[in-house]
Amino acid sequence: MQTIKKDLVIIGGGPAGLAAAVSAKKKGLSDILLIERDRILGGILNQCIHDGFGLHTFKEALTGPEYAQRYIDEFQSLGIEAMPETIVLSLDKDRTLTVSSKKGFLKIQANAVILAMGCRERTAGAISLPGTRPSGVYTAGAAQNFVNLQNIMIGKHIVILGSGDIGLIMARRMTLEGAKVEAVFELLPTPSGLARNVQQCLNDYNIPLFLSTSVFELHGKDRLTGVTVAQVDEKFQMIHETKRFVPCDTLLLSVGLIPENELSLNAGVRLEPATSGASVDDRFMTSIPGIFSCGNVLHVHDLVDHVSEEASLVGQSAVAYLQNKTDSATAIPVVPKQDIRYVLPQKISGKEDVTLSLRVTRPMRNASIQVKDGDRKVAKKKLVRLHPAEMIRIKVKAKHIENAEKLEVSVQC
Amino acid sequence: MENQYDVIIIGAGVVGNAIARELSKTCVSVAVIEKELDVSMGTSSRNSGVIHSGIHYKPGTLRASLNVLGNSLMADLCQDLKVKIDYIGKLTVAQDEEEVKSLYMLKDQGEANGVPGLEILDPDAMEKIQPNVGGIKALHSPSTGIICPYSLTIALAENAHANGCRFYLGHEVTSIKKTGHGFEIEAGKKKLTSRVLINSAGLYSAEICRMLGINNYQIYPCRGEYLILDKRLKGALNLLVYPAPHTGKAGLGIHLTNTVSGNILIGPSNEYQEDPEDYACTADIMAQLRREGHVLLPELKTADFIRSFSGLRPKQTPPEIGGFKDFVIESREDVKGFINLVGIESPGLTSSPAIALMVRDMVEKLLPLTPKTGFNGTRSGMTNHFHELSNEEKADLVAENPDYGEVVCRCEQITRKEVLDAIENPLGVKTINSIKYRSRAMMGRCQGGFCLPRIVRILEKDFGYRPEDYLLKNRSSPLFFGKMRQDTP
Repeated sequence: MQTIKKDLVIIGGGPAGLAAAVSAKKKGLSDILLIERDRILGGILNQCIHDGFGLHTFKEALTGPEYAQRYIDEFQSLGIEAMPETIVLSLDKDRTLTVSSKKGFLKIQANAVILAMGCRERTAGAISLPGTRPSGVYTAGAAQNFVNLQNIMIGKHIVILGSGDIGLIMARRMTLEGAKVEAVFELLPTPSGLARNVQQCLNDYNIPLFLSTSVFELHGKDRLTGVTVAQVDEKFQMIHETKRFVPCDTLLLSVGLIPENELSLNAGVRLEPATSGASVDDRFMTSIPGIFSCGNVLHVHDLVDHVSEEASLVGQSAVAYLQNKTDSATAIPVVPKQDIRYVLPQKISGKEDVTLSLRVTRPMRNASIQVKDGDRKVAKKKLVRLHPAEMIRIKVKAKHIENAEKLEVSVQC
Repeated sequence: MENQYDVIIIGAGVVGNAIARELSKTCVSVAVIEKELDVSMGTSSRNSGVIHSGIHYKPGTLRASLNVLGNSLMADLCQDLKVKIDYIGKLTVAQDEEEVKSLYMLKDQGEANGVPGLEILDPDAMEKIQPNVGGIKALHSPSTGIICPYSLTIALAENAHANGCRFYLGHEVTSIKKTGHGFEIEAGKKKLTSRVLINSAGLYSAEICRMLGINNYQIYPCRGEYLILDKRLKGALNLLVYPAPHTGKAGLGIHLTNTVSGNILIGPSNEYQEDPEDYACTADIMAQLRREGHVLLPELKTADFIRSFSGLRPKQTPPEIGGFKDFVIESREDVKGFINLVGIESPGLTSSPAIALMVRDMVEKLLPLTPKTGFNGTRSGMTNHFHELSNEEKADLVAENPDYGEVVCRCEQITRKEVLDAIENPLGVKTINSIKYRSRAMMGRCQGGFCLPRIVRILEKDFGYRPEDYLLKNRSSPLFFGKMRQDTP
């Protein structure tokens, strides 16, 4: 089997991989290879034909393919090498990759690797949905592929379980295509998707959203004929008296995204239970030296703009690592405390300014995020609305944390 | 002549197909009639996939003798048919002295049945075979194996088909008439005749009997639910571990089962029910299986449950009696030419090659069976999936056929070539599930979220499918409702 050498290999040609490649190239690295399993670059953005992408990065509302194209154009004009229609079969801790394509098998020895594989959708099986196994049950993203890329009508009477962003987007999309979206049901007491999507995709089209309500059974032996729904109590147990049958021929699931870390796990990268992504330092380096992670494979983002921004940093970090410009200073752990679900990076050097990304566990109003080293406050951010669906970022200045022992992040109401 | 056969078999499960393949070694003409669009759509694909040793059945019963013979025939059969089988062995574990007694009883019974290599182990020896297994004693049966049950059933059918057996899939038998020479069978919109008729209709076997005026059989469907675990946990179990049996139960108790694909199963439950096609999974049982799973496998995480399924045991005993009744395998005197198989539940999968031999002998008493020259009992293709090969073997195959280089199903690493082979299967089955069962695409942790859209595209581009042509499993299970917009010219 042929073996080639590369300075930097990026796995995944979606928004994270593209931005990482572009920034690494701009930092002066020339020997870069981006591996993409699809025919074209852009990743999942290619099927996201709605607008609203790029408000932060480009100050305008682009569609997914438009947003992707800006990076693809830059990627191509910089002359970065891409290997499309190629899948990475394995990654070792010494950064050796085995890849496969129609052209054959190839081993690649990389000096640095950036993981940018994105995420997958949680399925009916993963949420142990009882009932029959008929046709007409799709994850929202798969449905979006059929509808937007393959011109296929997936159903006429649609129920959506889960109020994740893709589910909300698909509620509007299917309505526009003439289907009847009966309702969106959400197990949690608050929507999982962005507030703007609840407004623009559901409220504007009179699609009801039922919170603290879930689907408890699928019906129909062949094609789906309906679902049993019911409200849940605080412990997410079904309230039997509220059980009702909702006829439908299609159920779309928007019940969560899972970082696609099988390659990372096989390489021995340590994952964080709270994010299902790698544990990283402020260079976004994982537990394995020279292996970096960014985008939705690191933690699920709500805005692609943040993915691109994060990936750009990772591209720069990888170059710094390759040029031996990073020092292995004592790491300061960053720990989520009260009302914080996770905070990332999980450890920092304290030598440079850093932006922490975090999510809260529950919706809150008029609260502040506080970062403390022991009793000493090192950063604070006041927010009017805090919501688990919306990632919060807070800057911490190096001068405040030089000699910090441990940073604790919490919410103060 | 068209639609006239020496032998017709009703039911394309593992037993029907094993009989079909056995008879395709001879010069008689054989057809299999199946109401579903594919083979292996009932009990044959919905079980633990265990090749039992034969310790559980009373000496002198058909279940005992056919199980032990079937087990010994399975190794060569699987080699010929390129079906993966792994004789990993089984521990039946006793938790107290009462259960230890039942282990000795099982050992004596197994030895009387001719089961090889049985041994009672103390905790030290148990620990060596399977760490953290618990219990005070265990019976080790080394001849217990695992197999993919639908792979075997499909392989038997394809090999029978390659040797001249005709399959009528999607043809439900609606009436049977006994004539002077044999039988007239209405199935789908076809009228077929045969000299010998074999009933291997599983859950519907009693119904087939009734069509011929045989009213003394009754099938009580007994559902078993399973959960399928992520391959991440592969290696947690070295062999099968069952609890010691308790009398009166309809199954062998909830346990973990390794599969040849590397997923572990939790199950099965036991619930009698009316409907012979109700494969629903229930909230209560799923919760119970999750609970027991966490006890049996402490490293199990919630994210490890990737799918649930259920199967139905065609039991002859009603719920108030429970337990097991012996297989009925009979050549009817009152309906000459009718070979009747009723209540082939566990260990039907293991017994299938032995049942086929037994039925063959019954057919021979009715029809002369001369061996067919040119019978080819081996199936082409690979026993292993592409992803199970070494990198060198993979590289060679990709060089030979670039379609091996393209991975369509990311989770199971199933290649385009394997998907194309499944689409172009010899039986001509065209459902999404037929592709799934043959290739393993869509069986991984993302459950087709990634590869179903790709497979749909392959079917459109390379096979001319229109949106309305995609069926999940039968004609009433369309995937789609046509195009969204008409194509612009």
